[in-house]
Amino acid sequence: MLDDATTTEQPLTRLPWEPGVSKPDPILVVDEMRKTFGGLVAVDVDHLEVQRGVITALIGPNGAGKTTFFNLLTGFDSPDRGRVAFDGDMIDKASPHTLAQRGMVRTFQLTKALTKLPVIENMKLGAKNQKGEHFFNALLTAVWGGQEKEIEARADDLLTRFKMDHMRDEYAGTLSGGQRKLLEMARSLMAEPRLVMLDEPMAGVNPALTQSLLAHVKSLRNEGITVMFVEHDMDVVRDISDWVVVMAEGRIIAEGPPESIGQNKAVIDAYLGVHHDAALDLEEEEERLAQVQRIEVEE
Amino acid sequence: MIDWGFIFSQSLTQAIDFNAIAFVLAAMGINVHFGYAGLLNFGQIGFVAVGAYGFGLTFTWFGIQSVLVAVLVGILFSVIFALLLGIPTLRLRADYLAIVTIAAAEIVRLIARSTPLRPITGGAEGLNQFIGPFRDLNPFSASAVYGFGPWSYRGTQLFVIIIGWILVALVVLLIHQLMRSPWGRVVKAIREDEDAARALGKNAYWYKLQALILGGVLGGLAGMILAAGNAAIQPDFFAAPQTFLFWLVLILGGVGRVWSPVVGAILYWVIITFIRNLGRQLVSAGYVPTSVIDTSQIDQIQFWIVGLSLALLMVFRPQGIFGSREEMALDAR
Repeated sequence: MLDDATTTEQPLTRLPWEPGVSKPDPILVVDEMRKTFGGLVAVDVDHLEVQRGVITALIGPNGAGKTTFFNLLTGFDSPDRGRVAFDGDMIDKASPHTLAQRGMVRTFQLTKALTKLPVIENMKLGAKNQKGEHFFNALLTAVWGGQEKEIEARADDLLTRFKMDHMRDEYAGTLSGGQRKLLEMARSLMAEPRLVMLDEPMAGVNPALTQSLLAHVKSLRNEGITVMFVEHDMDVVRDISDWVVVMAEGRIIAEGPPESIGQNKAVIDAYLGVHHDAALDLEEEEERLAQVQRIEVEE
Repeated sequence: MIDWGFIFSQSLTQAIDFNAIAFVLAAMGINVHFGYAGLLNFGQIGFVAVGAYGFGLTFTWFGIQSVLVAVLVGILFSVIFALLLGIPTLRLRADYLAIVTIAAAEIVRLIARSTPLRPITGGAEGLNQFIGPFRDLNPFSASAVYGFGPWSYRGTQLFVIIIGWILVALVVLLIHQLMRSPWGRVVKAIREDEDAARALGKNAYWYKLQALILGGVLGGLAGMILAAGNAAIQPDFFAAPQTFLFWLVLILGGVGRVWSPVVGAILYWVIITFIRNLGRQLVSAGYVPTSVIDTSQIDQIQFWIVGLSLALLMVFRPQGIFGSREEMALDAR
């Protein structure tokens, strides 16, 4: 696993740490993408490339536009303008289901387990190009029965790998929050994706499951699947990502390997405010103290 | 004296009569829409109406005296109606379809009964001169009464009933097969969470449209059974409240189960016929004084009791007869 990590990180180690830097082998290229809600500019990205075969983290303070950006990339929302190329094909007008069929599969911040379907049916839904999904084919079991068996076998393998095989026939609605995250990730693998987009995969997951989820994300990369994920938890980001993209106020303000991000001034300013650690001069200090005292008196 | 034999015989006769068959088919349509695909259709009676008119108009207006063609036209009308409703609304949130269907069903009725269209649709009187070619196919004697135990039907009725229950059996098989197939899985996934299905590469809009068409065609078949059974098409039968009786039948049986419309419809007709006949006899035999209620008011009471039993059902068995409480509880989480 360590060997893998070093070989996959290598292509990015010599890149400059600046927003919009071009990568040696990008799977996703975004250009001049902009989305506004009324007067609010939610996303304004000039250029971004996502390297193939590595784990890219998208971080930023609340309201930075990360999830909106994700929705724009995956077709769940349409940008005011902008171009997206996925593996060389322009996809900015594509709908979510065609993107998924082409190999870009996403998960959601609030997990979308299909509660009234058993876990195994949730899994089988993920498989692509099912013959029995066409209305008239569905009428004849002979047409889709064989494929269904293959899909079920693959689903069972994945469930075993995600250690969820004991939940196989339970309703997905009975799973805990963390198990739902696992199910959603396993289900997205059923679609044989080339790029997996995970929207806050660790949100609401108890610490015991976090490690297992992290291991699964890493194992995706080792299988050659490109991963892009949104996350708040810096420990998680440091632990698993090969490259970090930082958003603030809709823009990409920094890029670089995880260890570079903590020192980046733009990032610290975005998270903590521009003047967070500037020393106060004597006048300001007295003013602050006076304010505090006034508040105390009023109370 | 109360003639219990008559009351029971009436109830059992109505239980499998063509009205019950039409209710089964219409409720199965709603079951496909709501129970499997999660589409809120409050205008199922509109599909019943276009099916019935498509069937009737083939004979009277298109002048084609073929039952097969009439059935195909009825189906075609239902499909067109489904497309009209679905194309603009299915990209939007679920509630938009609900609003549009209830309005569209009323539009169909009002157009059908409108005076300018009287030469075509028969206006408020509807159509009643179309049944000849259908009756010609009837192997039973039209004037004879066929009986078995408590059941007895005239030959014309019996023909519709036999065709109707064969149709119901085929539809049950069809729904059962579809819902165990990958197609059914996609449709159920869309009911649970449309975005999840889209994120896994399923064209949710297209599947919802297919489900809307399928359920609508079942409604259309219900309309054809009613047209054939009544030998008439009355526009005012297709009023909006009728849809909610189909819903009642579905909820009684249990939403999202293949057999529930069948059992729900039979139960509904048994209960309602029983109450009506018992009520009438109680009044005419003098057990209930006419100062309290007279025979003509009994027909109103039956719907009070239906409403009350539905309320009680919701309290004590919200999942219906066949539904699963476990599944129901998942919604509350």
